[in-house]
Amino acid sequence: MKRLLAAAVLALGLAGVVHAAIDTYEFANDAERERFRDLTKELRCPKCQNQDIADSNAPIATDLRREIFRMLGEGTDDQQIIDFMVDRYGDFVRYKPALTGKTALLWFGPAGLLLAGVVVMAVIVRRRRAAPTDGSDALSPEERKRLDQLLDTKTDD
Amino acid sequence: MKRWLMVVPLALFLLVAVFLYRGLYLDPAELPSAMIGKPFPAFSLSTVQGDKILTQADLQGKPALVNVWATWCISCRAEHPVLNKLAEKGVVIYGINYKDDNAAALKWLAEFHNPYQLDIRDEDGNLGLNLGVYGAPETFFIDAKGVIRDKYVGVIDEVVWREQLAAKYQALVDEAKP
Repeated sequence: MKRLLAAAVLALGLAGVVHAAIDTYEFANDAERERFRDLTKELRCPKCQNQDIADSNAPIATDLRREIFRMLGEGTDDQQIIDFMVDRYGDFVRYKPALTGKTALLWFGPAGLLLAGVVVMAVIVRRRRAAPTDGSDALSPEERKRLDQLLDTKTDD
Repeated sequence: MKRWLMVVPLALFLLVAVFLYRGLYLDPAELPSAMIGKPFPAFSLSTVQGDKILTQADLQGKPALVNVWATWCISCRAEHPVLNKLAEKGVVIYGINYKDDNAAALKWLAEFHNPYQLDIRDEDGNLGLNLGVYGAPETFFIDAKGVIRDKYVGVIDEVVWREQLAAKYQALVDEAKP
């Protein structure tokens, strides 16, 4: 049973890998293969918008993979390949958009929000700490008496 | 607690609501073309009819629509009659037969009428790639100098033409007049 379970878990883990599109490319060396993998992971498929071109089976993704493979073979460097794609499909094709005035909000927005959150928290915590505890939340003798009464009736039930 | 702080959640809610409401009407599939303002990419390809070799220079001289189509593209079939009508009205339309079987393309043109003044045979999709095409049909608007001025992705039907595209084409025609 345990073994079966382990096999099932392993199979589930592999499922993510299996659905990636399959091409057969012969690379000159491992470094080139690595670059191909990184580039196709970083570039986004224009047709099926939430997949990178490594994973997509759309015809356009196949074309772009072939084009990247061709350019790698010609000794084009990574930046030139990315520029080639951006020239044609716009900044949209990059999962890591270039840092420009337009994309600054994308890059720094989350960090900015986090920072704002921390500042707000810090202010609140400080204020709470600084607030004087004058004992106003303690019960007066009458209140304590009434509380005792209430508790007593509760337990007597 | 200061009173004005009570307004903050409401203000945040309204801000988010405005963004989300706008998001309802945005089409995420619509990509602004990176090619707008750039000259039509260089190419040297045969016509679909195979009678001559075309280059980017052949597309210059008149403002025109450059329509990317293929016989495997089902929505191109829906678009075709509209292109025929536009061509009849005098709109200049060039075609790019994108990653298609040439025999099928010829049959299609014979069967459904040919609205294209020139029809480029882009069998391996290289011109399409240089144009940033990611699916057919796509239609580029080029001016008389052969510069890409606009792009429409999807089927051009009569409503789209009347409401969005006719004015753009007309503007290019007016601009070309001396």
